[in-house]
Amino acid sequence: MPDQVDTAWEPSEVQRERDDWRRRRTVRSAVIASGSTLLLLGVVGGLVVSSPGWERVQETYFDWDKAVSSFPAVLEGLWLNIRVMALCAVLIVALSLTIAVMRTIRGPVAFPLRLVGTAYVDIFRGLPLLLVIFLLGFGGPALSLSGLPTSALFWGCAALVLSYSAYVAEVFRAGIESVHPSQRLAGRSLGLSYGQTLRRVVLPQAWRRVIPPLMNDLVSLQKDSGLIAVLGVVDAIRAAQIETAIDFNYTPYVVAGVLFCCLTIPMARLTDRYARKKGYHGAGGHL
Amino acid sequence: MKLTPRRSSPSLRSAEQRRGDPETSHLLSLGGVRKCFGDNVVLRDVDLTIEPGQCVVLIGASGSGKSTLLRCVNLLEVVDDGVITFEGRDITHPWVDGDEVRSRMGMVFQAYNLFPHLDVMGNVTLALRLVHGVGAEEARSRGLAMLERVGLAAKAHARPDDLSGGQQQRVAIARALVTNPRLMLLDEVTSALDPELVGEVLDLLTDLKAEGVTMLLNTHEMGFARDVADEVCFLHDGRIHERGRPEQVLGDPQEERTRAFLSRLRT
Repeated sequence: MPDQVDTAWEPSEVQRERDDWRRRRTVRSAVIASGSTLLLLGVVGGLVVSSPGWERVQETYFDWDKAVSSFPAVLEGLWLNIRVMALCAVLIVALSLTIAVMRTIRGPVAFPLRLVGTAYVDIFRGLPLLLVIFLLGFGGPALSLSGLPTSALFWGCAALVLSYSAYVAEVFRAGIESVHPSQRLAGRSLGLSYGQTLRRVVLPQAWRRVIPPLMNDLVSLQKDSGLIAVLGVVDAIRAAQIETAIDFNYTPYVVAGVLFCCLTIPMARLTDRYARKKGYHGAGGHL
Repeated sequence: MKLTPRRSSPSLRSAEQRRGDPETSHLLSLGGVRKCFGDNVVLRDVDLTIEPGQCVVLIGASGSGKSTLLRCVNLLEVVDDGVITFEGRDITHPWVDGDEVRSRMGMVFQAYNLFPHLDVMGNVTLALRLVHGVGAEEARSRGLAMLERVGLAAKAHARPDDLSGGQQQRVAIARALVTNPRLMLLDEVTSALDPELVGEVLDLLTDLKAEGVTMLLNTHEMGFARDVADEVCFLHDGRIHERGRPEQVLGDPQEERTRAFLSRLRT
């Protein structure tokens, strides 16, 4: 409770000079930084544009008419990527969280759970994603299990979920273990059960810490969702490939690349904002 | 324009002189220091001087600005107005190399802030090796000598987490002291300790004072302030309300607020 509010405070002469100096320095740094950036971009751009093969490259990769004509097909393929990614992301979070919790339960009774979790992570982190897609994509339907679809899309998604869950489970496990044990003790001391403590105390804190690495995996998944194209599913990249095959103009690939960026960049900004709102502070402080 | 750090521009120097000549013997002097966090004014127009060998104790309620004042002196916070001079130089000047200034001060925190990934010796010798360019061998011997002085030579290879609070705080003091700082800043160094561990840290500080270490500290230990301080400053609402010998400020306070604060402590 301030006894007198000093609304009448005016910065002293020293402070005004310091503020001026800092302002001048900020402006100067900004000018130098943007100047050097522009210069670098100009030099790189100039080198590319003035190269002898530039006209050919421009025709092959940056043909506006080709971009417009291939856009609908690529966009339709991208819509498949988005659906695959959204569905897989939900399943991956569920599966990997289960694995992570299995791996962090202590005590001899839970040994089989830990063993299964560890074996799962070891195997699916060890196998290349493409290999898992081939194995499941061609082997899965061949099993002709009743009740399971035989579509390439289904088995492709299954491969993505299985492979990615192994990585994301490790991210979750690191997050869970980063919550200080005193938090668990405090939860249990209130009479909360192990599960309640995990659900209400540990996981919310772990979640906040793993948002940045999870985001990284999600962006990666967005692009790897295109790998199921090897099973014959038409996604954005496959669609671009088909368009390209018409006249060997590679512009559709550039269109697909731009569209992928349009997906991931806003998602990154959104995650940043969400994390800030949740009170996640990255490396903070001005020192 | 050639930037020469640690020297004031002519106009800034004249401004300094209005606030007192920086070339006097004060080890540290604060003039008109102000610090805000947003709309919250934490320090307003604080003046303070410390002579070499002095022990100045800040007292006051939580939130009165004691810790912020120490952090401003250590340049962990940038002041919003006023001048702080240390060893005759204006350290609030924007050209000043803060790392260099901090290398001549020692700071000890309430929560010890030891590095958990280093053992005790690693904590104590880190600044010697990285900042002061001392070789590994000499750093070890100086670190060991300092640990002996705080009575923890046997714990040189223990991890901070395996030590008691009092031991951790003594390591933190050793870490700050091993570089021979001209000024020690101690921020509520006993507040996180169990009562029976407070004594070992305060005894160490009393020894340091006897050895002539200059200290600026804040504490809630009024008995310690009375015994060791050369000067006690009472802070309230970001202002120094009363300042003087401990027996005067603590025994016969002149200000109503000081009396109110001290009477709350006794009940």
